[in-house]
Amino acid sequence: MAGTLLLVGATSDIGHAVAARYAQAGWRILLAARDPERAQRNADDLVARHRAEVGLLRLDILETDSFAAWLDGLPALPDTVVCAVGELGDQGRAEVDPTHAEGVMRTNFLGPSLLLGLIAERFAARGSGAIVGISSVAGDRGRGSNYVYGAGKAGFTAFLSGLRNRLAKSGVRVVTVKPGFVRTRMTRGLRLPPLLTGEPSEVGQAVYAAAQGGGDVVYVRKIWRLVMAVIAAIPEPVFKRLNL
Amino acid sequence: MLATPALAEAGPEAQSLRTLSGWGRYPRAASEILAADAPGTLPMLLRGRRGVIARGAGRAYGDAAVGQRTTVLTGALDRLRGFDPATGRLRAEAGVTLADIVRTFLPRGFFPPVVPGTQFVTLGGMIASDVHGKNHHREGGFGAHVEALTLLTPDGVPRRCSRDQNPDLFALTLGGMGLTGTILDATFRLRPVESGWICQQTRVAADLSAMLRALEEDDAATYSVAWIDCLARGASLGRGLVYRGEHAGRQACLAAGRDPFPIPAHGRLTVPPGLPAWTLNRASVTAFNALYFRRGAAAGASGLVPWHSYFFPLDGLAAWNRLYGARGFVQHQCVVPRRGAEAVLSGMLDRVARLGTASPLAVLKRLGPGGGGLSFPIDGYTLALDLPANAATFALLDELDRSVVAAGGRLYLAKDARQSRETFEAGYPALPTFRDLRRQLGAEGVLASRLSVRLGM
Repeated sequence: MAGTLLLVGATSDIGHAVAARYAQAGWRILLAARDPERAQRNADDLVARHRAEVGLLRLDILETDSFAAWLDGLPALPDTVVCAVGELGDQGRAEVDPTHAEGVMRTNFLGPSLLLGLIAERFAARGSGAIVGISSVAGDRGRGSNYVYGAGKAGFTAFLSGLRNRLAKSGVRVVTVKPGFVRTRMTRGLRLPPLLTGEPSEVGQAVYAAAQGGGDVVYVRKIWRLVMAVIAAIPEPVFKRLNL
Repeated sequence: MLATPALAEAGPEAQSLRTLSGWGRYPRAASEILAADAPGTLPMLLRGRRGVIARGAGRAYGDAAVGQRTTVLTGALDRLRGFDPATGRLRAEAGVTLADIVRTFLPRGFFPPVVPGTQFVTLGGMIASDVHGKNHHREGGFGAHVEALTLLTPDGVPRRCSRDQNPDLFALTLGGMGLTGTILDATFRLRPVESGWICQQTRVAADLSAMLRALEEDDAATYSVAWIDCLARGASLGRGLVYRGEHAGRQACLAAGRDPFPIPAHGRLTVPPGLPAWTLNRASVTAFNALYFRRGAAAGASGLVPWHSYFFPLDGLAAWNRLYGARGFVQHQCVVPRRGAEAVLSGMLDRVARLGTASPLAVLKRLGPGGGGLSFPIDGYTLALDLPANAATFALLDELDRSVVAAGGRLYLAKDARQSRETFEAGYPALPTFRDLRRQLGAEGVLASRLSVRLGM
C-alpha cells in the first residue's frame, strides 16, 4: 500500500535510488537535504519520471536541536522514513584533526540516530511506521583504514538494533541496511570488485523490500554477509596485524 | 561502505589515466578520466583544465569523445528535469540515455522525434553530433527539435541557449561535437504515438537505380531506410531491401493481438571478447548477404515490427563492436548530394565490393536539407559501411573520400576516425565560422578532442 516516504539525505545517489523505488510504487515523497538546491534535480526527476508527488525540505543532520520542531512542522507524519545520510570523510585527516573526525562521527552516528529516535517515538505513539537506517558493513568491525567512519556506522548499527528490539511489539519496523560497495559518486573512478559491487537501484529495491516486511538486517548483496562474517571471525591477535 | 585505503583517499575527482577509444575500438589513446557528479559541480571540476572533451555513452565510432588530455564522463548527469504531458516537452540532463527516455515515456504514449541507429547514446551526444534518423527527409536532425539547452562555456558560466537566446552559440552547438561548451541539459518535445509498433513495408531493389527510386518514392513516408548488399557486383551492384515504416495505430496492434507497448526481451546476446578479425570474411559475408537478400525478397509485403527491431536492430546484440577483433573497425559514413548521386555511389560500391572486406551492416538513406554549422546532413543520400581497421581499408577510404568531396559531399564526424584535414575542410564550408566562434569563446585548446586536434577544428 502506498504511503508517504521521508527520505533524509536526498542528495545521495543511494538516497535517490531509494526515493525512485518508492515513487515507482506510487508513494508520496518528502525529500530532506542540507542543501535543497542540490536536491532539486532529484526531486524533478521523481516527478518527471514517476509522476510522483514530491516535497523538498531543508534539514541539516548536524543541527540536532532543530529536529523536534522540524518534525512537528511536517505536513503529516510519514509512513516510512529512510536515512541515507553518510560521510566517508578522510581517515588520514581524521587521525590528526579531531574536528574532522568529530564531523564524520556526528554525521554518521549522532545526527541520524537522534533524528530516527525522535521519529520512532512518534511512530510508536501512532502504532505504525517503518524506519530504515542505511548503515555500512564498515561498522561490522573497526579496521585501520577507516575506523573513524566505521565507528560512526557501528554506533548507528547498534542504535538501530536497540531501537528494533525495543519497538518489536509496538508495530514499528526498524531495518538496518548495509549496502557494501555501491557504484555512486562516492566510489566513482575506483576499481571495485564486480561481485561485491551493487548499483544504487539494488539498494533501492533492498530498502523497499525490507521496509515492506523483509529482513531486519539486510546486506544488499548476500555475499557481504559471508565476507563480514569471515572478517568478524578473525581472532584479534591475527586481525590486528592485517592490512585491512 | 567498506572503505579501503584507496577508497578513503579518492573523492569524486579521482584521476586516472586510461586508454580510451570510440565504439569502433580504433583509434585508441590515453586520456585522463574525470567523472562529473552533478551539473552544478562541473565548472569547478573543469576549472583551469585544457584539452578537455565530454563523453556520454562513448558511442561515437572514432575519436570524437576522447579528450586530447582529459575526458569527462557525463553519465551521472542522468536526471529528468521536467515533463509536460500536454505538449510532450521534456527537459533532461545531458547524460540521460535515449534508452532511458524511451523506456520511461513510450508506455505513456510518447516517442522521441528523431532517433539514431542505437538507443545507447546520451542526449548530450545526440545534440553534439546532431544525429539523424530514418525520418530525416521529413523531420530534419535531432537538433531541429531541440528548443533550448544549457551550455557550460569555457569561461565556466552555464548559458541558456535557444533560437532566441545566444542564437549563434545555439546553432553551432548543434552538431558542434562538444567543442563550443559542455552540454548540461536540453529541452525538446517528444511526440505522441499510439503504440510502440511500426508498420513496416519491405521492398526489394534489384540494383542501385531501383534502390534510389525506391528511396525517392518514400518521400512521404514517415521512416525509410535501406540495407544494401555491399558485396554484390555487376548487374546486382547496389541491390538491397528498402524498409518503409509508419507508427502503427492502437487498433491495428490490438487487432493483431499485440500489446501496444512492447518491451524488449531481456537476455540480450553478447559477442564474446577475443574474436579473431577474420570472423567476418568475404565468404561468410557474401553468404550472409545473399541469404538475407533472398529472405527479404521472399518475405516482401508488410507487417508489424516492435520499435526496437525497427530502429535499433543491432542493440539486441551487445558488444557487437567486438566482431572485428582487437584491431577494431571504422564506419565510413558519407553523404553525397542528390544530383549525380547514382554515379558517385555506384563508383564507391564497386570499389568496396572489389576489396570485399565490408561487413553486412551497410545502410543507405535519404537525407533532407541540413541544419547548417558542422551538422552532417545535407540534401542527398547517405551511405554507411563498416570495414576492418587495416591498411587496405584506409587506402580505399582515402579514395572514396576524394570522390565524396568532389561530388560536394562530406563525412560524418560522429563516425570518423581517419579522414584527412583536406577532406574535412572541403566538406564543411562552415568551418571558418565555427573556428571564429571557438576563438571568441576561448575554447581553442581548452575544449579539444582527439578528433578536433586531428582535423584542426
